[in-house]
Amino acid sequence: MYRTTEIISDGTKNPPLEGGEAGDFIINVGPQHPATHGVLHLVITLNGETIKKVEPHLGYIHRSIEKMCESLTYRQFIYVTSRMDYLSSHINNHACAMCVEKGMQIEVPARARVIRILMDELTRIASHELWLGAMAMDLGAFTPFFHTFREREMINEIMEDTCGARLTMNYMVPGGVMQDIHPDFQRKVKDFVKQFQRKIGEMDEIVTGNTIFQNRMKGVGIITREDAISFGCTGPVSRGSGVSSDTRKLFPYEGYENIEFDEVIETGCDSFARYMIRIREMQQSIRIIEQLIDNIPEGDFQAKTKAVLKLPKGDFFQRVETARGQFGVYIVSEGGTTPYRIKFRSPGFSNLSILDHIARGSKIGDLVAMMGTLDLVIPDIDR
Amino acid sequence: MTNEELKTTITGLLADASFEEGGEFLTVNVEAGAWKIFASHLRYDESLQFDFLTFCTGIDWKTHLTMVYHLDSYTYHHNIVVKVKLDAAKPEVETVSDIWQTANFHEREVYELFGVNFLHHPDLRLLILEDGWEGRNPLRKDFEDPVNMIKL
Amino acid sequence: MFSLADISKTIDTWLRLHLNDTWTLVVEMVIAGVSVIGLFAVLGLVLVIMERKVSAWIQIRLGPNRVGPKGMFQSLADTVKLLVKEGLTPDGADKFLFNLAPLIAIVVAMLLMAPIAFAKNFQLWDMNIGVLYITAVSSIMVISVLMAGWASNNKYSLLGAMRSGAQIVSYELSAGLSIIAIVILTGSLSFNEIVQSQADGWWIFKGHIPVIIAFVIFIIAATAETNRAPFDLAEAESELTAGFHTEYSGMKFALFFLAEYVNVFIVCAIGATLFLGGWMPFHIGHWDAFNHVMDFIPSSMWFFGKTFFLIFLIMWFRWTFPRLRIDQLLNLEWKYLLPISMFNILLVTAMAILKWHF
Repeated sequence: MYRTTEIISDGTKNPPLEGGEAGDFIINVGPQHPATHGVLHLVITLNGETIKKVEPHLGYIHRSIEKMCESLTYRQFIYVTSRMDYLSSHINNHACAMCVEKGMQIEVPARARVIRILMDELTRIASHELWLGAMAMDLGAFTPFFHTFREREMINEIMEDTCGARLTMNYMVPGGVMQDIHPDFQRKVKDFVKQFQRKIGEMDEIVTGNTIFQNRMKGVGIITREDAISFGCTGPVSRGSGVSSDTRKLFPYEGYENIEFDEVIETGCDSFARYMIRIREMQQSIRIIEQLIDNIPEGDFQAKTKAVLKLPKGDFFQRVETARGQFGVYIVSEGGTTPYRIKFRSPGFSNLSILDHIARGSKIGDLVAMMGTLDLVIPDIDR
Repeated sequence: MTNEELKTTITGLLADASFEEGGEFLTVNVEAGAWKIFASHLRYDESLQFDFLTFCTGIDWKTHLTMVYHLDSYTYHHNIVVKVKLDAAKPEVETVSDIWQTANFHEREVYELFGVNFLHHPDLRLLILEDGWEGRNPLRKDFEDPVNMIKL
Repeated sequence: MFSLADISKTIDTWLRLHLNDTWTLVVEMVIAGVSVIGLFAVLGLVLVIMERKVSAWIQIRLGPNRVGPKGMFQSLADTVKLLVKEGLTPDGADKFLFNLAPLIAIVVAMLLMAPIAFAKNFQLWDMNIGVLYITAVSSIMVISVLMAGWASNNKYSLLGAMRSGAQIVSYELSAGLSIIAIVILTGSLSFNEIVQSQADGWWIFKGHIPVIIAFVIFIIAATAETNRAPFDLAEAESELTAGFHTEYSGMKFALFFLAEYVNVFIVCAIGATLFLGGWMPFHIGHWDAFNHVMDFIPSSMWFFGKTFFLIFLIMWFRWTFPRLRIDQLLNLEWKYLLPISMFNILLVTAMAILKWHF
């Protein structure tokens, strides 16, 4: 794994690596690299500027959360999942809470369900905003990053008011949410919606309409429909290839079936399609928020649950749609207070597996664009 | 297809398939030797078309291991869970990474965390653990790491 | 009037009173050398703080605001930091070339200062082939980048250097061709004469559309030649970490950094001289009263004003556009800019012969 010390000017000293040919130019992108946004390590084999092979090496931030969860109770393990896909921590928590509720057959109050959806959608927007800025930065434009963070900051403040945290919220608990929403919540969300709708056009002008951006993204990183399904891609990555894969539509949960929103699908199959998906998804999230923000039902924010949760024997699976795709929680219970085995199906892990397939034959600059539009979050991949 | 219809179709394909009752999804228990052929039936059979492998993982039951495959179909929107029982001492199963490409990464993960050997896997190397990892597979129940592990 | 030309004349007269010709020349060379180095330092400080303030303004934030009034001494503090940092040389590097590369970069930048007319009658060396000299010397710049990339013994650096080589060699063509457009119109290679020829109006106004095309191409090529975004492929932070200067640290890195900014200043100064009249005030035909008022603004102000306007333009590019891909970059040059500027040369030549310009 540690191949950084090879001396390039001396071919005789360093025989070609396993599986490589003599004359292959191998560079390590990562584990510390500006474009990987974390500790992803890609070993890429080059021919000049053209990529011959991309080989991901994972594990630099693997905390073995699945093993950790085996010794945590059903109330505790939810908090660890915030540390996986830290950009959609609400949605991760949501999946875990729902999986436990499914096993215990807890009825969640209507108020809690609406609050959960609102939080999910706000998280989705925040995540996409960060992605947009980071991706633009990967392509060499720094400015959009600051502009998207202005709106993301507003969401973070809303989260801070209600959840007390800005990144790892830990707000969802089995049976509902931890506490009621802040009195300012509705007003601030409405302010945000107004601000967002004013500014999204600005982002469109500076990014979408820019010819260089379009040239960098169109026709880059083609994922066909068959590949997207076979490689297990979900979320915007698969929807960019025309796969109708929105979990909120396919396996509705928590009342998404009663909300009006469109599943965004593009058929471009390239990076630009994936880019457009996320931009349009933010608008759909705004639509969901607008429907719900004035209609939060009165009542309890949390169902009455036992102090100690014990799931019946059996296995339970619950999936949700995070900002990156389908996130699944698979709990195997032996009837105790801790899970016997837990498995997180993280979207990033499957999405990463297609990188080698689409990167072959393209340029180094394209690799950055592809990684940007696959929207990889490394703790999500490593778990 | 509903679970009942799936059940009939699958019994037609695999006579000795046993079903688990009570779960949310239709769960089929398959012998390790029959899994590969059964998998390609699930994937390519016109009326089944399970084209999406949501995830696959292992479970260590101390006496034996179980591989769990969650399959979806984007064509018919039905799902199925397949469980394959493996020997604890020498867990071996045929790879399905040629049927569902995503299995390539998932099986590599299971390989290093559970020590399951996937036969005919194109690239069965360590993915997460560091190169030259010796010792137990971390997600096995008998794995103990006195330095890094937190026990409650 | 109190001008740079007067000051230099006074010093010259004073020296000649006290010393013989040879010593006068020696002392004047020393003074010129010191002032170029001084100008370097000042330019480095000013341009870095300007870049940070401009980017902050574009990115709706404040920028440096802690050191000194409004953060104006931030770049001074950064310089001190870079000076005291350890300049590491990697083990596998070619030590001689590795240390030579930043020096070449800075020496080339220094050489390029020679023919630039900073103000009326104020020029280090009014050579009659000034334009040719600039295009010739600026080509050496690529050698320092290639040297740095090769000697670092780092794959990122090597890739960055190779990109830079391809890029600078190609963009020099259209930069040169757009400069030639002005040379054709003026009939001279001397910077002084080029500025004098714009006494009744700058070339960008006098030369109709062909000169505007040449100007646009020049700005694009200049941005590419100085390796700045959207053409910063040699550095390409998100792809090659830092490109050719990945392995450099401390003062050696600072020299590259300084050379980049000085180069930006120089290309903008050349652009201002060729297209915007250099130190020549803004004159309109025979409006004598207006022209007279404009003459009251010192010529150095005009020169630096125009140069910094162009620098601002280039900074604006950097903070707005994403980076091109290497094949797109070369396509842009060979498929679009080069044919356009070649055709443009024909137009300009026709215009010059038929005296269509004002």
